[in-house]
Amino acid sequence: MQAGVQTIAVQGIDLQVVRQGTGPPLLLLHGGNGLQGHGPFLTRLAERFDVIAPTHPGFAGTTIPEHFDTLADLVYLYLDLLDVLDLRQVILMGLAMGGWVAAEVAVRNTSRLAQLILIDAVGIKPGDRDTRDIADIFGLPAPDVAKLLFHDPSQTPNLASMTDEQVAVLAADRIAHAMYTWDPYMHNPKLRYRLHRIDVPTLLIWGESDGVVPVAYAEAYRQMIPGATLAVIPRAGHLPQVEQPDVVLQHVLAFVAR
Amino acid sequence: MQSWFFTEDAYPYLPEADTYESIRVNLPNKYYDPDKGADLYHMYLDLWCAADDLGLEVMVNEHHQTATCVVPAAPIMLGILARQTRRARLLILGNPIANRSQPLRVAEEMAMIDVISRGRLECGFVRSVPYEAAPANVLPFRGAERLWEAHDMIVKAWTTHDGPVNFEGRWFHARQINIWPRPYQQPHPPIWITVGSGRSTVPVAQHQYTGAVFLAGYPRIREIYDGYRTAYRTAHGQEASLDRLAYAALVYVGDNTEQARAGAEKVLWYMTSNKVPQHWSNPPGYHPPAVAAQIMKGARGGAGLPLTARLDEQMARGNVFAGTPDQVFAQIKSFWEYAGGFGHLLMMGQAGFLTYADTLASMRLFTQEVQPRLQELTASYDSERLQTLRACQPDKEFADLGAFGVEFVR
Repeated sequence: MQAGVQTIAVQGIDLQVVRQGTGPPLLLLHGGNGLQGHGPFLTRLAERFDVIAPTHPGFAGTTIPEHFDTLADLVYLYLDLLDVLDLRQVILMGLAMGGWVAAEVAVRNTSRLAQLILIDAVGIKPGDRDTRDIADIFGLPAPDVAKLLFHDPSQTPNLASMTDEQVAVLAADRIAHAMYTWDPYMHNPKLRYRLHRIDVPTLLIWGESDGVVPVAYAEAYRQMIPGATLAVIPRAGHLPQVEQPDVVLQHVLAFVAR
Repeated sequence: MQSWFFTEDAYPYLPEADTYESIRVNLPNKYYDPDKGADLYHMYLDLWCAADDLGLEVMVNEHHQTATCVVPAAPIMLGILARQTRRARLLILGNPIANRSQPLRVAEEMAMIDVISRGRLECGFVRSVPYEAAPANVLPFRGAERLWEAHDMIVKAWTTHDGPVNFEGRWFHARQINIWPRPYQQPHPPIWITVGSGRSTVPVAQHQYTGAVFLAGYPRIREIYDGYRTAYRTAHGQEASLDRLAYAALVYVGDNTEQARAGAEKVLWYMTSNKVPQHWSNPPGYHPPAVAAQIMKGARGGAGLPLTARLDEQMARGNVFAGTPDQVFAQIKSFWEYAGGFGHLLMMGQAGFLTYADTLASMRLFTQEVQPRLQELTASYDSERLQTLRACQPDKEFADLGAFGVEFVR
């Protein structure tokens, strides 16, 4: 076990990784909001797992590699990371956009995975072409986005209380988030035809008040993954691990103990 | 000095601004009356034809999903003008090629216009403004790189004449490039690129293309033109000629000051009407993170703050030239000297509710009274003399007007 942030060379990229805790390995792939506000959740996870939480290139002040321009770049980065660290029997947990990455990793290769946990994940498009299945967060005022993200929008980070440098990091996060998800927006049209390949136990955890991808979206996702189960978290939005970390952790622990 | 007449072809008959969120991107087009729109198209085309008759050059541009500029396809306007004008140079500034899925279409359209006009096309390429990201559904991140790759493909299509060639870039692909027609002008029409920072001028200067600056005014013109001139000198070992630099401003000329100010106030509609919220003016990847952060924090108002900038302030900044012919010449001369000289004045001579007659009156006065003096001014161009003048005139200081200027950074 190692604590704190380390840099791991993968594909010639200096990948920033937080590794903390003891227990079975858990690879945590963050969402478009980064790991802002995730401290309590990470601390609780580290009490039970060897948590490996990489920062997607472009987030938290890191550089976007020149050749990166699509979510698939992250997918192959983390397939390689699993090999580089020689991780086995990994619990792969993905949040929102990171959930999409996790699903894409799983449809390619589950040989190093024990379980898959998708929390308010994007990645599929269940509806028809006229249906906006996933809220267009890049086309809405910030207060409206906050209402979609949080059951309690007062959880929204207050930019006014941050330094210019901290807000610039958030602005850079937003660029990276958009680069990985812009078009097709937040989904891969092919993913639904590949999810049947997932042969590890899969749990979907969803905030009941998620306004970005509502619970009906989670149900569609669940039906596409063989044997998957869905846990809906009350009083939580798109980031239940931030709004209800203890409840989410209970579901995680019950699932991995199965 | 070549002087270009330009209007954005606005649709100004809108409800009160406090009843809608944005004039761009999501203003419902139920507010657009096609009957009124048809009258407006004909008025604008008549104005461009009048500019041709007066001896001015013609400039068109395009924007999408906005009442501020109802020309989502500038090549259509220019195609009409290629046939209906007789002598004017025809500038499109420009084709938003970073947002186009297939640059070859642009190469074809421009070649057609060049041939129809018998070689009068001046072809501009732009990265485009931030509010174009949503209508184009194109992420602005790496927009400059996309622009240059599209440019490379277009120039290749224009300049190869021996059968199909290949182009498989990072973003744009074609395996059998062989456009018909090829351009009238050889090897290809003159190219213009909009620039908004010293850094963005470098590739433009290296290619010896005309760099066009929109509304940078006194606060930023030196940085941008200096960048161009330095990059040009470095790349080519000689000074850039005046015609490599262009400046775009709002212009209204009147018989007396009051009449001119009244006209200029109407042209100022272009700025005062530009109500655009942050999520359209600050799409991810358009601005560098530090600038985007300022907009997110509300320290810069997106496109909001200039709404409060009045005519006197805009004139002081060099964004608007307005007055009698004497006054307008003096204003342009002052700015021209401050900037170190430029060879093209791109005049937004009409906006908002300014009528055909009032626009024409201003253009006529400009052509008769101002333009000849500008010709003398540029004929007297002496870069050493301007350097000496500049040494006596320190950079002017202005309060930050928000992101409005930044939105023209390309």
